[in-house]
Amino acid sequence: MRLSPDAIIFWQHGFFKLNATIVFTWGLMLVLAIGSKIITRRLSTDLNRSPWQNLLEILVTGIEKQIEEVGLRQPQKYIGFLGTLFLFVAAAALCTVIPGYEPPTGSLSTTTALALCVFIAVPFFGIEEQGVGSYLTSYVKPTFIMLPFNIISELSRTLALAVRLFGNMMSGAMIIGILLTIMPFIFPIIMTALGLLTGMVQAYIFSILAAVYIAAATRVRKPKPEPEAKE
Amino acid sequence: MLIDWFTVGAQTLNFLILVWLLKRFLYKPIRHAIDEREKRIAAELADADQKKAEAQKESDAFRHKNQALDEQRAALLSKATDKAKTEGQRLLDEARKAADVLSAKRMETLRKEANNLSQAIRRRTQQEVFAIARKVLTDLATVSLEERLGEVFTRRLREMDGPVKKELAQALKTASEPAILRSAFDQPEEQRAAIQNALNETFSADIHVRFETAPDLISGIELSTNGQKLAWSIADYLASLEKGVDALLKETDKAEIKAESEPEATAEPKPTGEAERALETESQ
Repeated sequence: MRLSPDAIIFWQHGFFKLNATIVFTWGLMLVLAIGSKIITRRLSTDLNRSPWQNLLEILVTGIEKQIEEVGLRQPQKYIGFLGTLFLFVAAAALCTVIPGYEPPTGSLSTTTALALCVFIAVPFFGIEEQGVGSYLTSYVKPTFIMLPFNIISELSRTLALAVRLFGNMMSGAMIIGILLTIMPFIFPIIMTALGLLTGMVQAYIFSILAAVYIAAATRVRKPKPEPEAKE
Repeated sequence: MLIDWFTVGAQTLNFLILVWLLKRFLYKPIRHAIDEREKRIAAELADADQKKAEAQKESDAFRHKNQALDEQRAALLSKATDKAKTEGQRLLDEARKAADVLSAKRMETLRKEANNLSQAIRRRTQQEVFAIARKVLTDLATVSLEERLGEVFTRRLREMDGPVKKELAQALKTASEPAILRSAFDQPEEQRAAIQNALNETFSADIHVRFETAPDLISGIELSTNGQKLAWSIADYLASLEKGVDALLKETDKAEIKAESEPEATAEPKPTGEAERALETESQ
């Protein structure tokens, strides 16, 4: 039984290979980039605007609002990373309605790659915001004893991110596949709709968790100077 | 193994590329469009606020102006009312004065008319009296009276002296035409001869005389030559009497006018009533 689209290999040359995951990812990238390009080609700055522009504005402002609610004060700085995470995962889930499509997020390699990106992005934004020393000392808070636990926490949450998304996406496809063999009418459609919902929820969870991690990394030390300033 | 590390690397790269692509084509343009719109709306709102403030300012200014205008109008109105009142009073006074003057003038005219009327009546009476006298004398006049008149005339001729006589003599001598002697009736020859004789004797010359009859002479004889005239008739007496009576009447009038004007002067505060009463008494 095929668990991942990684197994569908179109072309291979030694270490390099072209599997369904990469191909579908490229497809999604093309759709997202070209769609954005087409819609944003003629943006209006006055009160009258096209429905597509409205859609994109709602998306962007919605994402920014979510990021802000998590606690990141400059959403414009993080929307490139967090927004793309959400859009990519959501688009990958939405496209499951297309027959023959395999969501790239149903591959553990993709979710691992995304989780690794988050794993790198958290210290990246943390250091950018607080500086290296300040960021690194956050690992020995509240005491030095906590250092291994903090490191384990970092690793485990990355692993959790990857496995959670993979599990959900893969299971969705899997359940539909199994159901099709048992009861090929109507029920798979309901399950597909449910799968779409699950996909959207996963996209939201993934990006929100990433945002929370980044927020935690960027404002660990923030509250401290305030009382000093008051004194 | 579910994780293919090449795929992991490729997907990481893909994801990073996608981040760049979406940043380039999605977030930035959309953010830019939103910012532009917000800026525009903010500008419009600021503009609207400014306009509102300006409108408020203008409305305040207009209100102040209106108030000032109202005050000014009220002031002007009261001023105009006062002026109109004064002017009305002045016109009323003028009209009263004019009416007084007019009534005084009318009083004067009435009085004059009354005077004239009374004078005319007197004159008429006088004329009538004299006309009657003349008529009586004319009716009474006879040839014998004429004769008597001729005698009187000759006597007066003879009695005449002084410069009058000289002038008349001069006139008679230088006259180219004969002197005219007029009488009311045809004179008898004897009388004519007597008069001729008297003339010749008086002026010591042969004087040519032409006798004429003039009925308008009331019992009298008139000698006229070269602009000089010697006359004697009852008409002359009557005329002198008329003159005398005229003079007497005029004096009476003057006295009356004086008498009228004196009470007027004393009763000047209420001239109309007094004058009217005076006129009434006069006419009565």
